Parts: sequence; C-alpha cells; structure tokens
Amino acid sequence: MKLLSYFRGEAFQRGVHPPGCKHTADTPIRRLPFAPRLVVPLSQHIGKPSRPIVRVGEEVLRGQPIAEADGWLSVPQHAPATGVVEAIELRPSARGPWTECIVIRVYEASTQEVLWGTPQDLDAFPPQDIVLAVQRTGMVGLGGAAFPSHAKLTVPEGARVETLVVNGCECEPYLTCDHRVMVEQARDLMTGIRHAMRATGALRAIIGVEDNKPAAAEAMRRALPPGSEIFVEEVPTKYPQGSEKMLVTALFGVEVPSGKLPLSLGMVVNNVGTLAALGRLLPAGQGLIERVVTVTGPGVARPGDYRVPLGTPISFVLDYAGAPAQARQVILGGPMMGQSVASLDVPVTKGVSGVLVFRGEDMAGREGRKTFPCIKCGECVESCPMGLNPSMLGMLAARREYDAMGEQYHLGDCFECGCCTYTCPSNIPLVQQFRVAKQILREKAAA
Amino acid sequence: MTAPTRTEIRSAPHIKGPRSVEQIMANVVYSLLPICAFFVYQYGISAAASILVVTAACLLAERAFVRTGTQAGSLSDFSATITGLLLALTLPPGFPLWMGAVAGISAIALGKALFGGIGFNVFNPALVGRAFVQAAFPAAIATYTPSFLPGRFTQFIPSSLAWPLMAPADTAAWLKAMQFDALASATPLAKWKFEGTLTAAGDLLTSLAGHMAVGPSPVLILTCGAYLALRRFMDWRIPAAVLGSAGLTAWLIFALGGTKYPDPFFMLFSGGLILGAVYMATDMATSPVTPRGMWVYGGLIGVLTVVIRYYSGLPEGVMYAILIGNAATPLIERITQPTPFGKGASIRTRKSASYTLHPDYISREEASAKTPKKRFFKNKPKKS
Repeated sequence: MKLLSYFRGEAFQRGVHPPGCKHTADTPIRRLPFAPRLVVPLSQHIGKPSRPIVRVGEEVLRGQPIAEADGWLSVPQHAPATGVVEAIELRPSARGPWTECIVIRVYEASTQEVLWGTPQDLDAFPPQDIVLAVQRTGMVGLGGAAFPSHAKLTVPEGARVETLVVNGCECEPYLTCDHRVMVEQARDLMTGIRHAMRATGALRAIIGVEDNKPAAAEAMRRALPPGSEIFVEEVPTKYPQGSEKMLVTALFGVEVPSGKLPLSLGMVVNNVGTLAALGRLLPAGQGLIERVVTVTGPGVARPGDYRVPLGTPISFVLDYAGAPAQARQVILGGPMMGQSVASLDVPVTKGVSGVLVFRGEDMAGREGRKTFPCIKCGECVESCPMGLNPSMLGMLAARREYDAMGEQYHLGDCFECGCCTYTCPSNIPLVQQFRVAKQILREKAAA
Repeated sequence: MTAPTRTEIRSAPHIKGPRSVEQIMANVVYSLLPICAFFVYQYGISAAASILVVTAACLLAERAFVRTGTQAGSLSDFSATITGLLLALTLPPGFPLWMGAVAGISAIALGKALFGGIGFNVFNPALVGRAFVQAAFPAAIATYTPSFLPGRFTQFIPSSLAWPLMAPADTAAWLKAMQFDALASATPLAKWKFEGTLTAAGDLLTSLAGHMAVGPSPVLILTCGAYLALRRFMDWRIPAAVLGSAGLTAWLIFALGGTKYPDPFFMLFSGGLILGAVYMATDMATSPVTPRGMWVYGGLIGVLTVVIRYYSGLPEGVMYAILIGNAATPLIERITQPTPFGKGASIRTRKSASYTLHPDYISREEASAKTPKKRFFKNKPKKS
C-alpha cells in the first residue's frame, strides 16, 4: 500500500486507514422524539458562554432564543422544544466539569412547531450583515470543533478569501451524519454555500468528499446550481482527512504554514453539516435547535442517523436506539478523537456528531494487548500527518522532558488525531502522553 | 432495553490498528524459515544442529534474563528466536556446537539484556554474539566447509561435535579424505582476498553451483525480504540504501581502480552482504526511525562494508559495518528529524493537485516568505 502510494501521488502525506465501519450510511435520517427534559448548556462552543435571557418558571417556545451571545466570540442558544424552564443550574458536561445549563421541561401536548423566526432576504444583505445573521442562528462548527461559525466566516482586515472549502470528508470511522446530510440536504447545502461565499467574498467553493461516499458526491453534483462556481471533488479516503489542513493539502497540494490558518492561503474551510444547516436556518431566520447525530456501535439495536433536539440526554438517545445492556463505553464523536463520557446524563450539544457504543467484547482486542517498549519500528513516523516523530516524543514524555518535546520536536503542531496510538504495534499510548504533555506545557506557559 | 449502568472512561483513540510486536516478529521468523531450510539443504545435519543449538541458547538466555527481571519482553514475542536464527545463519555450518551456544548466550546477554531487553538494545544482538565469538574463537569462525558434501545428511562435520572447551577436530584432514583440496573450503571473499580468484556473480546468486563455501542463496534472501517489505514488516529503504551504496562504491572503485578490484556484482552477492542488508541492518530497534535517517544509515553501512573488505585485513566487513551503523543511529536520527507539516517550503504546489491557488489571494506575509532551501540534514549545525 505504502509503496504504491509513492507512485500514485497521495492526497496528503502519511495518515492511517482504519476500517470504515460506516454501517449506517444507507439509512435515511430519522427524527428522535423529545426527551421529557432537555438540558441546554450555555457553553456548547469555543468562546465565552452565552448569557441566559429567560428565568426559571418561564414558558419558552420551540426556537425562541433563551440565551444571548456574550461578546463577539459567543453565540446565542435557542429553546430546542416548547416547554417551561425548570432550572438554570450546574449539570455534568461531556468534558467532565459541571457547567451552567438551562433545563427545559418539555410540554408533551405541544405541537412543537417552530413558530419563532422571521424570514429574511439574504441576497439584499451586505456581507457583514450575513455574518451577523449567522451569529443570530447560534451556529457553530458541527464537525466537532464547535467553533462559532460567524467568526469563521469573518474575513479579517487585509486578508482576502479566494476559495470556500467545504469539508465533507467525514474521515472518522462509524460516523455517517455528514454523509446523510450531503445525500438528503444537498439543496440546503448549496444555499448555505452561496450565503457563505457572499459573506466571505469567496470566488469559488470546492466541496471535498472522500471517495468512499460516491452517493454523497453524486447527490451534490445533481444539486449544483447551473453556472455556479461550486465544484465537488472526490479525494482518496484516508484518516485524518477531515482535518482542515489535511483537506487543503489534498485539494491544492500546498501545506498550510505551521501556526497559521488556511486563511493565510486565501481559504476558509467549513463543514458540510454546518453549511447545510445554515442554508435552512438563515432564510427562515431561525436558530439552531437540533442536529444530525450518528448513533451506532456494535450491538446497537437500531443504529442510524437521528435528528436529535439539542439538550437531549445521552441516556434517552441510547434508550431509543436500543443500546445493549452490556455496553461498557459510550463515546461522543468518532472512535479516533471522540470523548468517552462518564455520565449518561450528559446532553447532546452542538458539537456532538456521533454517539458510539462499545461492549466489553468489542474492547477485548484492545485490552488484551500487551504493552512493549518502543521497538522503533517507525510506524508512528510513517503515520503522523503532521510529520512529527512520535517515537522520539514518546520517549521524551516517558522521561518527562516536556520542554524538549515542545521546543525541539514540535509538540505544539500535534492536533491529537491519534494516528500514532492507532498504529503503534507496541501498544504505547502515545497521543495520550502528548495530551498530558501539551497540558503541562500550557500550564507552564500560563504560570 | 435499558441503558448501560456502568461505563468506562478512556482516552481517544478508542480503536486500535491490527499490528502488534508479536505479529511483526512472527512474520520475520516465518520469512526466515525458507532460508534456514536452504541452509540445512546445503550443509546437512550440522547446519540443522547449529541452528537448533544457537536458537535454543538464545531462548534460554532470554528466558533467564526475563525471569530475573533484568530485561523487558518475553519469549512469546519471537525476538529472541529471530536473533538465534540470524546468528546461526552467520556462523560457519561446521562451527562447534558449544561455541554456537556461547554465541547465542552472549548475543542475548551482551547484546540485549545488558541494555534492558527488546527495544532498548543499541546493537543488533545477533551481530554482538557473532562479534563475541569472532574475537573468542578466531580459528573456528574462519573454518568453512564446502556445501553439498556427499553424506551431509548422515554425518556431522567433525568440528561440530567438539566437546565444550575443547579445540574442534581438524576439518582439513576430513575433507582431504573426501578428495577436496584446502581451497574448496575457502569462502569466495577469502579466495578473492588471499588468492586473487573471482567467483562468477551468477553462481553466487543462487549458491547452487557446486561445492562452494557460501551461505544461503542471495536470491532466496531477497525474495523473503521482499515478502517482508511488501507486507511492511520491514522498511525497504534500508536494504535499498545498503545495497545501493555498496554497489555504487564498489563500482566506482572498480571503474577507477581497474582490474585490481572485483566487479560490483561480486561485491554485492558474496559474503553476508545480502543477509546483512535485508535482515541485520533492518533490525528495528537499532536502525533509525526517520525516513531520511534510514537512507543515511543504509548508505553508511554500504560504504563501510566495501571499505573494510578492500582495505582491511579481513575478508568480510558486513558485521562491523552494521555495528558501526548501529552506533551511529542516534546521531543519524538527530540530524534527520522529519520536517513537520507546514514548516518546510512555505508554498510548494504539487503537480498533481486538482486546484491551484491564485497568488493574489495568498496573504502578503506568506507570499513574500522565502522558500527555505531544502536541506537533507535539516539540523546540521551551521559552521560559525
């Protein structure tokens, strides 16, 4: 494989090929019913938490803003269901610490129609007003990073955007939510792309899809508006292509300079799910109240892509999808970079792309493995998409020489894709050590 | 259906690739088996006994050191088996068995356990074992016998069965009785070095042409190596670099020095160069992990091999060349660290890219940035 790719010309260098396991790729998106109680965290995004604008006991309509953006790098939150605000209190979050949440008791008898929102004619808006409209939707990057979308679509002074890169790679195994969105909501996606191009001033848009999703590429090609500067490009499947820098390299053959954004090359990268949701919400003037989540894993009775109201507790999602009783690990996101959750009371937030369940027997293959000392086979060096030397970094981490890791071996460039740990035959927890090392270096820098 | 009550917290990634140390090592052992079989076919029961005794000595030593907690790893990882098989293949087939056992024990003790076991060793353990017996028993290790002797499957080469700590029986007299002259038991390299006669490269390639004192066929070793390289249990760059640089150096000397020196093909296929390049130099723990480092390391070994063969008193130089290469590995790694993503040439477009960038849109800072000169030794200290 590796030898062949030398001659074929790769999408981006190195990376790994985990088994796809995209079992839910052909099941249409279904709607998840409303849980009796929805928990809307005020911090579902990168940036400052939102400020609640409702009080306990207040009745809210589905789609009504319940928290406002606190500053520029912040987004508002909207009520995911019609009901009454039961509490504004601390609740567990997926990352661990308890965060401030608005708890809504859902009215069972309500129609749950979205009544809030005023249709707006975006074509009449100047670009900066489109950006403000994006902020009003409460949109964040739905690919998993949850970075506020309006901030991403804002072009800073002095920079120009040539290309809007639309990220439809979905390189994580198991996840199919972006795939289904591309197949089913291609028209919304095109609307979203059009508005995003106007907001950024981009001349063209390129949708990058991995070639294991021909149906998605086909659906989008059919939905392309005639005469538009939107292109669909299939790139060879490889993890971590969904990382924006890797996708840019796959499409353009250039490397985004270290420590810079793709913006420095005249590009803005957005996820397909984000733009498809924007394409639906922006013209209607509505807010983000639900998202498509892949619920899957070995032993799940009804795996599939579900349209889940934000704030739905994971336990409710698992009940509905039929998680096996012997499930031992629940992961939010994909298996390569997802977060395993401690409490099933944790709600689905804007950044959750998948709920993945593993049973004890699925993990046996990993747990039974012995850990050897590094045999310096070089597999990690061959797989690190950032061109680092994880073998050396791992040895330094074992000796706690964190400063050398950061200064001489470019630890700061690691984006924790996990390729090194995935591929390590000695079963060394490399990326886990790097996470710890990065945290220690961050704390050192802050002190 | 009830939701799970007890969940576990783990750190991503939650899936694991199929590859394991045991799998890599087991595949190397599998690929060595045909070579061992050929060796036994060449030299009969003496070779078989040598392989068994040396490997058993390695395994026993490994077991003892793991048991006492001196080193990491275990027998089931197959690494000691590889050391034993490789060591046996480098020894003469009629090497006294007790000396073979000494070689096996010293390989594991000095080459591996001393450093802490699998992964920590600096030198290839098999070569450490061979270097040890070469120093301890210089006469025995230089005594070769011709291959394909009649009756090789029914009788031992007399030197094999020497009692421990006793000098081995004289094989020359034994061979004389079988109508072989003393020259027949010299290796092609020794013949060239001390007699000035060359063996045809084609004969060396197959090891099948008559009674030659040679190891297993280079063609077979290359085939087995190709299997490992294709399944990516071995890095193809190291053998390519070793053979490439050895061939190039030998060719240069041949072209400049004329008839005094043998042709490069003789250099490549004689002695232990092929076995060393494919199986010894590629030992993972003792070779660099960086792709560029592999080329440097292989190149160094190739050049050193030819230089030692030509200009030293020894006919064979592969062992010392690889041991020197092993010693240089940490240094080579330091100066050949990979270039991180986005830190190399700032704007370098690939020809096969689907889309191109318009230079006007690249931020001014990036566009004006000078493309750094591509340097092979990135971290080479600048002369001041």
